[in-house]
Amino acid sequence: MSVLSAWIEGISLFAPGLTGWDASVPLLAGAADLALAPTDIPKLTVLPPAERRRVGQVVRLALATGLAACEAAAADAAELATVFASSGGDGANCHAICETLASSDRLISPIRFHNSVNNAASGYWGIATGAMAPSAIVSAFDGSFAAGLLEALCQLAAPTEACERILLISYDVPYPEPLAAARPMGDACGVGLVLARQPGPLARARIDVQVGGFADETRLAGALENVRLGSPSGRALPLLVGLAGGTPAHCVLTLHEAMTLRVDLAGAS
Amino acid sequence: MKPILLSSLTAASCIGTGLEATRASLRAGRSGLVPCRFEDATLPCWIGEVAGLDQVTLPADLVRFDCRNNRLAQLALAQDGFAEAVAAAAGRHGRERVGVLLGTSTAGILTTEHAYRRRDAGSGALPADFDYRGTHNIHSVSDFVRQACALEGPALAVSSACSSSAKVFATAARMIEVGLIDAAVVGGVDSLCLTTLYGFNSLELLSPEPCRPFDAGRRGISIGEAAAFVLLERAPDVVSNEAIVLRGYGESSDAHHMSSPHPEGLGARLAMEAALARADLAPTDIDYINLHGTATPSNDSAEGRAVADLFGRTVPASSTKGYTGHALGAAGGLEAVIAAIALQDGAIPGSAGTRTADPAIGIDYVLTPRSRPIVHVLSNSFGFGGTNASLILSRGSR
Repeated sequence: MSVLSAWIEGISLFAPGLTGWDASVPLLAGAADLALAPTDIPKLTVLPPAERRRVGQVVRLALATGLAACEAAAADAAELATVFASSGGDGANCHAICETLASSDRLISPIRFHNSVNNAASGYWGIATGAMAPSAIVSAFDGSFAAGLLEALCQLAAPTEACERILLISYDVPYPEPLAAARPMGDACGVGLVLARQPGPLARARIDVQVGGFADETRLAGALENVRLGSPSGRALPLLVGLAGGTPAHCVLTLHEAMTLRVDLAGAS
Repeated sequence: MKPILLSSLTAASCIGTGLEATRASLRAGRSGLVPCRFEDATLPCWIGEVAGLDQVTLPADLVRFDCRNNRLAQLALAQDGFAEAVAAAAGRHGRERVGVLLGTSTAGILTTEHAYRRRDAGSGALPADFDYRGTHNIHSVSDFVRQACALEGPALAVSSACSSSAKVFATAARMIEVGLIDAAVVGGVDSLCLTTLYGFNSLELLSPEPCRPFDAGRRGISIGEAAAFVLLERAPDVVSNEAIVLRGYGESSDAHHMSSPHPEGLGARLAMEAALARADLAPTDIDYINLHGTATPSNDSAEGRAVADLFGRTVPASSTKGYTGHALGAAGGLEAVIAAIALQDGAIPGSAGTRTADPAIGIDYVLTPRSRPIVHVLSNSFGFGGTNASLILSRGSR
């Protein structure tokens, strides 16, 4: 079985009680107890004013997550290929459209409609940063982060991609009722990683990923487990615990019932 | 890149269920578009509907996936020996070495639209029989197909609007190149729903007549639905002259606007150039371009400009959306199958619905079918949010 490897240069995290990577490190490493609090999504600093007014929480989370990861990696967002991973699109927007369609007039707003595409975050990312590089959009229900990680690693490893660095943004925002009852989630979670093909001066760790039928017996301590299970993007937490210096330095991420990813972490050399 | 074999393919759209019916419609110049009578939609537009989906049943152990979108997937899996070819590939390579990578824009959202009409009067709750994961969720179609085909390889959905089912070819090619898998079921499934009908209506992009791609008088899109599947497989070093292969792919982002293309088609051009570079081909090597050609004034202008800049008038090009309608998240997969048919038959499709090619667009736009040997076809798929993908399919390994 082949191993896919990459060097992690930048990390970002916005989740319940976890606001930004630096503030999250002690909580992930177990040096302090996590107190769950509503996810604090930073205010948008990019996008023209007209667009900024139009975007919902999903796009704000994805953009903030991506920008923070780029900043941590001292990377130019305009130059990076991207992978956007999420379990679904903008639930609040979808709810509003479905309510309108169930009513007698059915006239939905054009902005609501173009914001309803699942790649809205990727589209606004391009507008905000000017990035014209390829942008992959993947979804695999609760395995969406694992799917995004796999896609990012394949882009780095594929001989014809010439992709030196890639930004993975995993983001999920819970749905409003009544959709929430059909798809229960905890509060919003965004995880960003800048991954590089080669070790550079900013490399924090190397990850080696194998796919197979590894048993997923993951269970995190305390409230971290609530964040992990509360959101498809939260499924990345075992990897982030490892990156924060917690133990163990390997984890298993489930893609689907028959396939898991074993992720091994090694320190930067 | 090393070419990847298309070892089996099939499509279901309004011009036919299965390859033979699809081929016959293309050859006869027969559009499948009809005035919109979908459910109780009251919109003056034309649509491409696949007949008989109400009669399709899913396997008994997969009934949680029952919805229009997955019925369309089931219908297509059963055509042209596709499911059998997938089973044989799983036997050759192992179930865990065959991926399922599918494009869709709206998956089974129609089921949610229906559920919203049956909310509890007091609590507002959706009906108890509503299964979000099996129907509405984007991954429902890839999850369903993976389980229906008893595969255990990587499975995911790509939902990037109208480039979705072209981009999955790129994802699969990379997974095969890096050795993660040996084969993949790719393509896409998208089905009619009120969200897209009323949504495109809100943007004033629905044509009141059957769509007329690249016509000087084009007035917008006609929405269609389709399922298209391709089995991609690691190719042997030598393939026969009749074999169809994926020779290149290119992706880019417009970074311009959510629902309008870059006016000069800059993103489109980047995607086409990347596909040519990966295929190690020059623009003059391309024998036919299957355009995205949605028939909105701005889309066709932007794409036409990009094609004219790169190919001039030297390469015949047409959009087949006048036959099938715009199948949105399934368009890239459907048009890859149409490209494969063109390669097999040596026949360039004409452009149903188009009366006079737009004189402002400087390309060789094909109105009626042409017969000639074809070795390399470029297929374009561009979507909302400025997401672009181009594929190059070729015959043999020349």
